[in-house]
Amino acid sequence: MLQDLAAAGSHPLADTAARYVGLLPLLPLAGFLVNGALSLMPAYKAGPADPSTAGHGHEASAHAGDARAGDAHAVTHGDEHGAVGDDHHVVARHKYAGVASVVGPLVLALSFGLAVMIWLAMAGAGEMTTPYVQTFFDWMVTGDLKISWAFQLDQLSMIMVLVITGVGTLIHIFSIGYMRDDPGYPRFFAYLNLFVAFMLVLVLGASYLVLFVGWEGVGLCSYLLIGFWFSEKANADAGKKAFIVNRIGDFGFLIAMFLLFANLGTLDFTSVAAAAPTLGYNSALVTTICLFFFLGCAGKSAQLPLYVWLPDAMAGPTPVSALIHAATMVTAGVYLIARSGVLFAMSPTACITVAVVGTLTALFAATIGLKQWDIKKVLAYSTISQLGYMFMGVGTGAYAAGMFHLITHAFFKALLFLGSGSVIYAMHAAYHHTGSHEDAQDMRNMGGLRKYMPVTFVLMWIATLAIAGVPPFSGFFSKDGILSAVFARAQHGALSEATWLGMPGSAVLYALYGLGLVTAFLTAIYMTRMMLYTFHGPNRTGEAEQAHLHEAPWSMTGPLVVLGVLSAVGGWLNLPVAIPLGPIGVLEKWLEPVVGAATVAVGGAVGEEVTNTEYGLIGAAVAIAILGIVVAVVKLRPAALVPKRDATPSHGFEQVLEDKYYVDEVYDDTIIKPLVSGSRNILWTGIDRGIIDSLFVNGSAVLARGVGWVGSQLQSGETGAYAWAIAIGALAVLGAFTFR
Amino acid sequence: MQDFLVQINYNAWILPALLLIPLAGALVLLVTGSLSSDDGTLEGAPSARMVALLVFVLEFVVSMGLWWSYDPAGSRWQATYDHWWIIPWNARLSLGIDGISLMMVLLTTVIMPLAVLGSWTSIRSKVRSYYALLMVLTTGMLGVFVSRDMLLFYVMWEIMLVPMYFIIGIWGGERRIYASLKFFVYTMAGSLLMLVGILYLWNASSVGGSPATFDYDQLLTIAHTHKAALWLFGAFFLAFAVKVPMFPFHTWLPDAHVEAPTAGSVILAAIMLKMGTYGFLRFAMPLFPSAAMTPWVRTTILTLAVIGIIYGALVAMVQPDFKKLVAYSSVSHLGFVMLGIFALTLQSVQGALMVMISHGISTGALFLLIGMIYERRHTRLIEAYGGIARVVPLFSTLLVIVSLSSIGLPSTNGFVGEFLVLIGSFRTHPFFAFFATTGVIFAAAYLLWAIQRILFNALDKPENEHITDLNARELTMMGVLVAAIFWIGIYPQPILRRMEPSAALFVRTVTTGQANVRTAARGDR
Amino acid sequence: MIAEALFFSAVLFTIGVVGVLTRRNAIIIFMCVELMLNAVNLSFIALSRLHGSANGQVFVLFVMTIAAAEAAVGLAIIISIFRHHKSVDLRNINLLKG
Repeated sequence: MLQDLAAAGSHPLADTAARYVGLLPLLPLAGFLVNGALSLMPAYKAGPADPSTAGHGHEASAHAGDARAGDAHAVTHGDEHGAVGDDHHVVARHKYAGVASVVGPLVLALSFGLAVMIWLAMAGAGEMTTPYVQTFFDWMVTGDLKISWAFQLDQLSMIMVLVITGVGTLIHIFSIGYMRDDPGYPRFFAYLNLFVAFMLVLVLGASYLVLFVGWEGVGLCSYLLIGFWFSEKANADAGKKAFIVNRIGDFGFLIAMFLLFANLGTLDFTSVAAAAPTLGYNSALVTTICLFFFLGCAGKSAQLPLYVWLPDAMAGPTPVSALIHAATMVTAGVYLIARSGVLFAMSPTACITVAVVGTLTALFAATIGLKQWDIKKVLAYSTISQLGYMFMGVGTGAYAAGMFHLITHAFFKALLFLGSGSVIYAMHAAYHHTGSHEDAQDMRNMGGLRKYMPVTFVLMWIATLAIAGVPPFSGFFSKDGILSAVFARAQHGALSEATWLGMPGSAVLYALYGLGLVTAFLTAIYMTRMMLYTFHGPNRTGEAEQAHLHEAPWSMTGPLVVLGVLSAVGGWLNLPVAIPLGPIGVLEKWLEPVVGAATVAVGGAVGEEVTNTEYGLIGAAVAIAILGIVVAVVKLRPAALVPKRDATPSHGFEQVLEDKYYVDEVYDDTIIKPLVSGSRNILWTGIDRGIIDSLFVNGSAVLARGVGWVGSQLQSGETGAYAWAIAIGALAVLGAFTFR
Repeated sequence: MQDFLVQINYNAWILPALLLIPLAGALVLLVTGSLSSDDGTLEGAPSARMVALLVFVLEFVVSMGLWWSYDPAGSRWQATYDHWWIIPWNARLSLGIDGISLMMVLLTTVIMPLAVLGSWTSIRSKVRSYYALLMVLTTGMLGVFVSRDMLLFYVMWEIMLVPMYFIIGIWGGERRIYASLKFFVYTMAGSLLMLVGILYLWNASSVGGSPATFDYDQLLTIAHTHKAALWLFGAFFLAFAVKVPMFPFHTWLPDAHVEAPTAGSVILAAIMLKMGTYGFLRFAMPLFPSAAMTPWVRTTILTLAVIGIIYGALVAMVQPDFKKLVAYSSVSHLGFVMLGIFALTLQSVQGALMVMISHGISTGALFLLIGMIYERRHTRLIEAYGGIARVVPLFSTLLVIVSLSSIGLPSTNGFVGEFLVLIGSFRTHPFFAFFATTGVIFAAAYLLWAIQRILFNALDKPENEHITDLNARELTMMGVLVAAIFWIGIYPQPILRRMEPSAALFVRTVTTGQANVRTAARGDR
Repeated sequence: MIAEALFFSAVLFTIGVVGVLTRRNAIIIFMCVELMLNAVNLSFIALSRLHGSANGQVFVLFVMTIAAAEAAVGLAIIISIFRHHKSVDLRNINLLKG
């Protein structure tokens, strides 16, 4: 590694732990290589030297067959969904499961330790106004395009690194228990490690392109992990769908980068920030760039209209849902917008668009969440909804608030997912004991679980109160931060003066605030509904199964406890001025050097004094949350639920919600099917085979043959006729010369 | 290393040696074949593949010196060689490489040993003739890349056609006769017009008492009227567009790929498709810049390139045969190359060159993998598989890695080229680049869908349950290619650095050449 | 003198042409071909004398050699045709038909 001393020499972080920033992603990458090797090693049996003759006889494959028999059996069995804990059969734990369970979490823990050291160095370095950039080596340098492998550390990426490695470590530890008996155990840790490596590249990259490497890389890992149990077509489909939908977003990201490079000649964050003013304030160009970036964010962070992959992504193992599809990867879009604050601050139109899409997504997903039965689907739509909140925040230039919600959401949503993982684990174990094939994720089959899993029960209620926005849990502070920021932007600042699609920005923002409150109300309802159906009321799992329902082992509940504490107290990270329970706005001050200028540009300077309006806003938010919980508790009757197999179909709008507004079906019918059948029938059989191949290529061959046939008819084979032809021809030539 | 190369006077003999080594190898095989009495099957002549491997490894080792001996700062010919050939016509055996040829030569010498290994057990009859043809083919391909004499170039261009015709026609699949004939006639039809163009150039070079010549550098200095340039460009265009293959001249490719034996497909995809784009870079555009810069010509070609990108991807998506799918994906990738070349910015041309290299590696690897699974299951139909990731994890891992590189995942080779092409062409032709970028979506769609249906889903066909995984030979081959995939993806700079001066010279020649000829054309009117 | 020679040559040539065109017997056609050759030879000689150059006469020697060779080959072919078809009537022989 070549250190770019010239650039880093004078920086306050030079010569601190920050110089090892490259190790942050390299450690998980090393874990990936080790675990990947572990998972492939048993497969290498040196196939036949001559595969064209071998491989049909059974003797060649027999020995390979038994080595895999256990593997195959266990995979089929694990297909139901993730689960594990099979006492009746000999479970095929992977040969190297022991090594993998050390290596996988260890590299993460090391990475987290290093992150903490860097964070301490950064906190100790005092005022740090420029990012610490470390350039390793050239990647693509040609002409005026100069792209290097370079990492940059600033306050924003530091936070992301801490969240990723911290929550990541907890989830890795949880996975040791959760995936214990999965035959693909090392493969799972390999993918998970690789994911963390790419995620760190994403947040550490010093240019849009290095960020893009992480961006696509996490998409790849998401693809691999969603399809982890690939033998089930639905899982493989979900993985593919995630990748392709993300690629649509990546298309936007690419176009935005091309526009940036074509106009600014650089893709480095620092140079872009310096050159950005030349794009022109609120010019069509900067708006286009921002909107294309936002298309990328909509793909990665599951916003309208590209959110469809995230609910399906729940096909992956639950730790994956917690880490990738709740805590880290899906928030990459929020990070990207915060990172591009300079650009977005120049385009009020783009900002409002982001906020509008975020709000609509939040509301839309919350309504779907109301009627889902699969516990992970509820959480998936809840994630989409909360991501919408984050975009509402960063869209209105409240970058600190958006990031704050990102952090608290990482805590409580990871907790919710892992908690649901515990529930599913218990449910599956119970069903497995009795050999039943009921759905272990359907809430109609649960109920009354608080008796069997008290720890999980308490922790999940903490997370639920946090997400619903009940003080003093973390979600309350972060959600309130976003909502009050939207309200403040509606009152004054660049956004309130802008127009958006002909509407005054101020009115749009007030509407968004209102919708945000409605969403908060719905959030409280659907989360309480989930808790009621899962943990309260009578148990609907089945008589025989109840005996086998029990709490997960401590390796799994341990991480839950840590997350529970964080969900409860995370709000102290960024206390609003109105609630002086400790140091005010720690996070906001921390992020100030990175996003401060952009925040001011979008929102205008905000005074430190507390107004009555602010108390009013806080009061409204709390009231709405509590109202939601109360409504849910009063209206919902867990006792009236019947298990899934006895359930009657719902009707009317409920059915529409349960079927997610039929968006997947619409996409399928309007885009995917026409594309495939058009490619097959028009492009391939029509143009390729029909017109080009039959008409032109083979047609010209037929034409040549036809002309030849006509010519061949002159060849009668009678020499006499030829002689006559020669004589007449000679006379004709003579005549032509004579009489011309 | 450099000192050693200077000491053995490497640059003076390397290019003729590269052309002669395979010919000598072919001769050895043919002579031993005529002396021995066996039937030429794999069992009868087991040494033939060993000889071929040795020859190609020797060729590879010898050629690697070029990597160090080539001066990255130079944009003109290096390692030149010149010898009389056909004196009355003033045609000479003059060879040389620049940054573009260098990479193409190295690509060829890297791929060829792998092609032999890929044929190791799958070619079982007439083995001596097979490997001898591979060697002659290599001479032809390398000759195309290193010729500085237009007649020599043309001869090499046609030479390489013949062995490939036989390789497809003798060792190919069921419809091999149709495919080989289509391949031959298609290419031949295109290249004959090019011969006329070359002869015209030869004739035009004798102005002012100087003898006519086939020398590339001298032909480069001739100024043509705009009309003549257009006709000549058209003649060269047809030859190269067929070879690329550009939409709508691509239909020979799926047939040839599907019917060819594994090594044939690998060589076709990895090296021979690059002949077309190399021709544009070396001949069609620098020789006739005024034609290449004519707006309607550029627009037409860029449109065809973008159509190729999207059309190839969409048609690939619905192919039932995996080899055909990869064949159409080549149409899509080569569309990127054409886009890059005709966008005429340094980045886009560099990107086009990178796509040429990456496509050679990734698609070569894909065809090798298809060959491996075909040897085991004797079918290439995607629907015949399903869920085999559990049965053959090594194969599956490699197929996923190679597919991802073909999709263009960042940090693999595929991304570097596509990104450079797109970012470069966005500067001059944002409209075309925009549509070309949608190709990244379709690429993911067709390949992921295919590998899902092959590797993932339920293992529901009993005949797939006992497929054996890869052996050491196959893993070695793939190891080389996977290493190349990541090396180029993460640190392409050594390659970019060597190509940059030549690419810059190309852009300069074409763009400024236009200025000169525009004045000439104005004089005409 | 020259005119008579050329006239005579033309008459000979025409007789040969008409013979080739109208007759069907391969031997007769063959003889007519010889007639045409010799008509040409005659004009060569005559013109050679007119121009005072030996070229024409050299050509005649060549033509005579060729004619001799051609007679040998042609007659051999005709004989083998006769063996095969038991006839030398050219109407029956159209193997050249495309």
